[in-house]
Amino acid sequence: MSRKFAVLSFILMVGLLLGACAPAPQPTAVVAATAEPTEPAAPVEQEAAPADPGKLVIYSGRSESLVAPIIQQFADATGIEVEVRYGSTAEMAAALLEEGANSPADVYYAQDPGGIGAIEDAGLLTTLPSSILERVAPGYASPNGAWVGITARARIVVYNTDALSAADLPADLWGFTEPEWNGRVGLAPTNASFVTMVTGMRQVWGEDETRAWLEGIAANNPVYYSGNGGVVTAVGAREVEVGFVNHYYLYQFLAEHGEGFPVRNHYLNNGGPDSLVMVSGAGILASGQNQENAERFLQFMLSQVAQQYFASRTYEYPLVEGVATSSLLVPLTDLNTPEISMGGLSDMSGSAALIEDVGMVP
Amino acid sequence: MPSPRAFLLLWLPAILAAAAVLLPVAYLLFRAADGGDAAWVTLQRPHTLDTLLRTAWLCLAVTLVCLLLAVPIAWLTVRTDLPLRRLWAVLTPLPLVIPSYVGAFLYASALGPRGLLQGWLEEPFGITRLPDIYGFPGALLVLSLLNYPYVLLVVRAALQRVDPAQEEAARSLGHGAWSSFWRVTFAQLRPAMASGSLLVVLYVLRDFGAVAVMRYTTFTRAIYIQYQTALDRSAAAVLALILILFSLVVLFLESKARGRANQLSNAASNRTPQRVQLGAWRWPAAVFCAAVVFMALLLPAGVLLYWLVRGWLAGQVLDNATQLIWNSVSASGLGALTVVVMALPVAYLLARRPGRASNLIGSITNLAFALPGIVIALALVFFGANYALPLYQTMPMLVFAYMILFLPQAVAAVRTSFQRVPPQLEEAARSLGRGPLGVLRRVTLPLLRPGISAAAALVFLTAMKELPTTLLLAPIGFKTLATSVWSFVSEAFFARAAWPALLLILTSSLPMALLVLREENDN
Repeated sequence: MSRKFAVLSFILMVGLLLGACAPAPQPTAVVAATAEPTEPAAPVEQEAAPADPGKLVIYSGRSESLVAPIIQQFADATGIEVEVRYGSTAEMAAALLEEGANSPADVYYAQDPGGIGAIEDAGLLTTLPSSILERVAPGYASPNGAWVGITARARIVVYNTDALSAADLPADLWGFTEPEWNGRVGLAPTNASFVTMVTGMRQVWGEDETRAWLEGIAANNPVYYSGNGGVVTAVGAREVEVGFVNHYYLYQFLAEHGEGFPVRNHYLNNGGPDSLVMVSGAGILASGQNQENAERFLQFMLSQVAQQYFASRTYEYPLVEGVATSSLLVPLTDLNTPEISMGGLSDMSGSAALIEDVGMVP
Repeated sequence: MPSPRAFLLLWLPAILAAAAVLLPVAYLLFRAADGGDAAWVTLQRPHTLDTLLRTAWLCLAVTLVCLLLAVPIAWLTVRTDLPLRRLWAVLTPLPLVIPSYVGAFLYASALGPRGLLQGWLEEPFGITRLPDIYGFPGALLVLSLLNYPYVLLVVRAALQRVDPAQEEAARSLGHGAWSSFWRVTFAQLRPAMASGSLLVVLYVLRDFGAVAVMRYTTFTRAIYIQYQTALDRSAAAVLALILILFSLVVLFLESKARGRANQLSNAASNRTPQRVQLGAWRWPAAVFCAAVVFMALLLPAGVLLYWLVRGWLAGQVLDNATQLIWNSVSASGLGALTVVVMALPVAYLLARRPGRASNLIGSITNLAFALPGIVIALALVFFGANYALPLYQTMPMLVFAYMILFLPQAVAAVRTSFQRVPPQLEEAARSLGRGPLGVLRRVTLPLLRPGISAAAALVFLTAMKELPTTLLLAPIGFKTLATSVWSFVSEAFFARAAWPALLLILTSSLPMALLVLREENDN
């Protein structure tokens, strides 16, 4: 009797799941449902489309929750059958390196210059046409034209507004090596953005000075977190009072917790590598089967529509002229950032070794 | 020489399974050699030895805590008149369904220095900061609370089978209740505790989520840092090869701890032992179970609900998740089915045809036991894209990856039940005129059923939570509850992550609860 009951309930469960599945929308429809209504779906370059617009395969190291809505807009506007694989930037890069010339991917869209730089160094990217490269300022694309920046994010300091005001913060990241900041700082030493900033420091300050800064911070009993989200959470809870993160995390927290969330961004804005602005970037795989669609996709990502999406939905900096930055941000043109080419930021392993060496990875 | 039929049905699938497991090992050797000297420098760093010691220490501590939690709960829920016994029997194994990468965030936000708990304590007690849980204590807490069910499930199953006759004999020879428990029952549970502990250790070796959030560098975290931060695949491969050596040591220790597993005493005892009357201890025992369920299940689920409601009040919309549920269930179900089917011949050979060839196959299938998912995923990306392109990023490929990941776990579970089927029983059926297939259907499979369903349930649950191979090897665009949770958590969208995370926990809880209920009813 009881066994029958168990078997019956199992069948019932499977049946329910099957039933629930039957009217389920296509996966693409789920994506569309996730996207909040944003800007009106703008008509994209209505060129005379061929009868079959074909396919496009994208490997995205950027999170689905951030980029799926705009990729969907591209698919809707062009009729191209777009398939996206999502993963972390580093895992996607490793997969592309393993796949080599057999990769099904046409486009790789990376979160940071290190990830896309690794693919460029392996010679897997094709050179982009100047019509794409010219849409962004020269420093925001690969010096060899292998990839182009899509958006930018600034390294900033978040601080807890109950504990501090912006006036209490030092002028640069060296200030946090002073004894008064002992135990009050949070950072994510294994996060790619932090590592990229350290690469920038090595370029501008040199190895020794960068090591000295890292050692100074490490000696000040900072609290280490696994990612930027963890740092902002901790600053909000006043587990620590300041954190070194990218600028756009704050706005997600404000959306989830409301304006009362006691954290704000502070731009050091001192022209040094601690005021680094980094890009997310995309390139076209030389082995891809759909070169033309890949180029159309990059054109679209640098169009007014897509750039406006990033500015207003993910609070990133648009890289194309004439697109308004979110009014919450300090405009890119007002930022005093170091003169570093994004192409020079790809040495992740050297910086990672240095970070491990000073004992920041317990 | 095996007969052609035995070769086709037993040896060939077992050899294929072993060959599959050798793929990631071959890949690692290739990558490590590829890196040249730079990769070997990784080995000589002082950090590598530290990582080894830290990993060993965490494995040991988590195993001890799991045993201390699970063995008393198993005994209380099987052999005593514990109040609400069946409720605890169903609830206590459920923490296994919580993925560690979510669980760790939940514990950090509940018990962190300035977490939810501190918030409640501030007003009445003026506590402004709790002790730091990051590092070893946090990793120990999360991994113990989420993994003690491995030991619990195995020990419960063993307790249900222990022949009460021996215990009664010990009592009749003048041993007290405690003394006969320790001398007889506990001794009989030793193999079960060893194999449960093995599952725990291998999970700890493989886990990335908990150690990353709690920031305690085990081998797997070190491997991930090489991939994620340094983008150095060769250094990662060197570390992964050391991890394989480490897991072989663990397997050796487990086979020692298991002792000479006593086949026949476990055979076919269907008598239900008398339940121990707990008397005044009933309530402390119930409080113990309640406390474990609160910490390991209600607390994380409560924080998820809190995130969900907070996001909902702030205007978040709940996404339609039927497609995600179906994808998770179908991929994990297919994975569980395949893994169990492939585990059967390997387990049979190990249990019934001991010898050099079968031992070699057994050892090979264990090589990938502790390898983190990302390593197996990249190995299959390499082989798939370069040598099996038509299959690359298809469902069969994903199921194949699940097989490499979870085969040893299933072999262990099925093997134990083969040991419980005395060959004499099959021989008797043969002598009574049944053909080999008839014996298999009428005698062997029914007796194996508990082991098979336990193996299938374990693989199903672990596959539901699985992340790295699903991300890299599933058909493109194939999204599961786990990948959806990860997509939100990685961008700190905690409120939006809460919904698929709760669905993941609910969907996995159903088969888990059914398994326990059926076990209960069989007794």
